[in-house]
Amino acid sequence: MAVDGVSFDLAGGEFFCLLGPSGCGKSTLLRMVAGFETPDSGTIRLGETDLTALPPHRRPVNMMFQSYALFPHMSVAANLAYGLKGLGLGRTQSAERVKALLRLVRLEGFEARRPDKLSGGQRQRVALARALAREPRLLLLDEPLGALDRALREETQGELRAIQRRLGTSFVVVTHDAEEAMALADRIGVMERGRLVQVGPARELYERPASRYVAGLLGDVNLIDGRLGRAEPGGVRGVETALGLLRASGEGEAGNAVVVAIRPERLVVSGEGEGEGDDLSGRLRGRLTEATFLGDRIRYRVEMANGSTLRASAVLPASGPIPAVGETVAVAVPADAARILPA
Amino acid sequence: MRGPSRRLSQRLGRGFVRGLPFLWLALFFLVPFAVTLKISFSSPATAQPPYLPVLEWDGGLEGWREFFEALDFQNYQMIAADALYRDAALSSLGYAALATAILVLIGTPTAYAMARASARWQPILVALVIVPFWTSFLIRVYAWIAILKPEGLLNAALIKLGLIAAPLPILDSPFGVLIGLTYAYLPFMVLPLYAVMSRLDPALTEAAADLGAGRARAFFTVTLPLSLPGLAAGALLCFIPMVGEFIIPDLLGGSDTLMLGRVLWSEFFSNRDWPLASAVAVLLLILVVGPVVLFREAELRREEAAEGAQR
Repeated sequence: MAVDGVSFDLAGGEFFCLLGPSGCGKSTLLRMVAGFETPDSGTIRLGETDLTALPPHRRPVNMMFQSYALFPHMSVAANLAYGLKGLGLGRTQSAERVKALLRLVRLEGFEARRPDKLSGGQRQRVALARALAREPRLLLLDEPLGALDRALREETQGELRAIQRRLGTSFVVVTHDAEEAMALADRIGVMERGRLVQVGPARELYERPASRYVAGLLGDVNLIDGRLGRAEPGGVRGVETALGLLRASGEGEAGNAVVVAIRPERLVVSGEGEGEGDDLSGRLRGRLTEATFLGDRIRYRVEMANGSTLRASAVLPASGPIPAVGETVAVAVPADAARILPA
Repeated sequence: MRGPSRRLSQRLGRGFVRGLPFLWLALFFLVPFAVTLKISFSSPATAQPPYLPVLEWDGGLEGWREFFEALDFQNYQMIAADALYRDAALSSLGYAALATAILVLIGTPTAYAMARASARWQPILVALVIVPFWTSFLIRVYAWIAILKPEGLLNAALIKLGLIAAPLPILDSPFGVLIGLTYAYLPFMVLPLYAVMSRLDPALTEAAADLGAGRARAFFTVTLPLSLPGLAAGALLCFIPMVGEFIIPDLLGGSDTLMLGRVLWSEFFSNRDWPLASAVAVLLLILVVGPVVLFREAELRREEAAEGAQR
């Protein structure tokens, strides 16, 4: 079963993103909304209309395909005008609409071109414009930027957002790229094996993931196994781990096996003896095995006493020394950045 | 082997592999055609072989001169003067065109259904299209005689159902020829069409549906235009051999059916007029190659126009 027990509501004009690895059912879910797959049970509604029984060509929903699916035997203008038939538009109105769409995606002057004479980015924009031609209330986009190279992708993300804001159409994007999801969406729904496991704004998912799966999907994370201690004042809990007692935030029953998740950029690495005065509880000692300079930040690998490795990253200090490889360092784990997750 | 000799043998090897198809064409197509062409310029004779002149290899230059002087266009003039050949050619083209049209109408939905079938069914369906080739063509045509004759399966069934009172004369009629042609050539229409249709991105028809097109509109505006190369290939593959078809009109068409293949056969075997038969064969070739050349020309011009439009 590709999709199971998924339920979510979409606000009008929202940019929603379904995130998950390939095979998690996100595309199947999208195709169900478009009408290309039939759910065994459940309903799909848009406003007051029940879409579940409608064939694809009757649904007030449009889709932008991963392969773009531009009609290769038609010009750009004919591709854009294809969906306008049957809307009751006159010839001049149709021509106006096509012109407006070309302007929207900055492809004026490309009317007569065939898709195979366009660049990848241009094809992507034609596909977007064609999917918007019928002015759907909901647009579904299947990996809309998947076929573009990296530089073009970032630029296109901005454009996509701008177009969505201007039109006020609800967008549902499917992607396997967490960075893309975070850059685009108002809310992200994370899918795991056909189920929607967590829904929320990007920051919430990133900082307060509900599971180690979500934590790992949205970015690099250190996961430390442990056993949950009793509740302390201020909502902070002690967790007994192989690295020692860590203080972390989260819920759970004392004595349960848990995982402490912490993002590399929230770990604070300092040379021994530095920063003693700071209020950083749960300082751990380890040996710096790797320090990789990445321009805007530096990435550390610290080997801990029990042989495990923690990954940390930091913005470079404006001045002052940075710890050298081989040195013993202190790693501070801020309690508010360490999340307690079910094991 | 090493050095230059190895390179030479490699080049020879490659040249041989590349030349093989040309050698094949030259040996089994060009040479027989040249012989046929020569005979078509000869005169019939009661001799062995039944035509004149025959080239004497030891006649020297004088012999060659006499040989070429003896060749003429008499057979072609005869064909031009006799309405029979013109009628046979027109009727052949007519049968072939009509059968091709029927094949397009039957083959297109068949290939479309095959291409849309599930991945598990597609190889089975393709096998079903090919299976008839495992039986002799002649036997399959004889089977149609048993089906179509007045006391045959079809008429018996129609009478049993009360749809007709007396047997329909389907065998030995133009209708019988059309049934036979359609049956025999259907795989040649279906397979190229299926090959093209099964390679179309399924997202294309989905996109058409997504943009509000019902099944019919999606088919006629997206699937069919993109399948035209397969349709053209299938149509040519059927039309060309059908123009010269002999067995089907002979067995299913009765004595009144006039087609070039039968005229050719009777000139060769009944009249023993090899030169005239050869001339008919040459004209038949021109008749069927003509459309192909025109088609290729049009295709090339369209491609050039498409490229020109880009600039």
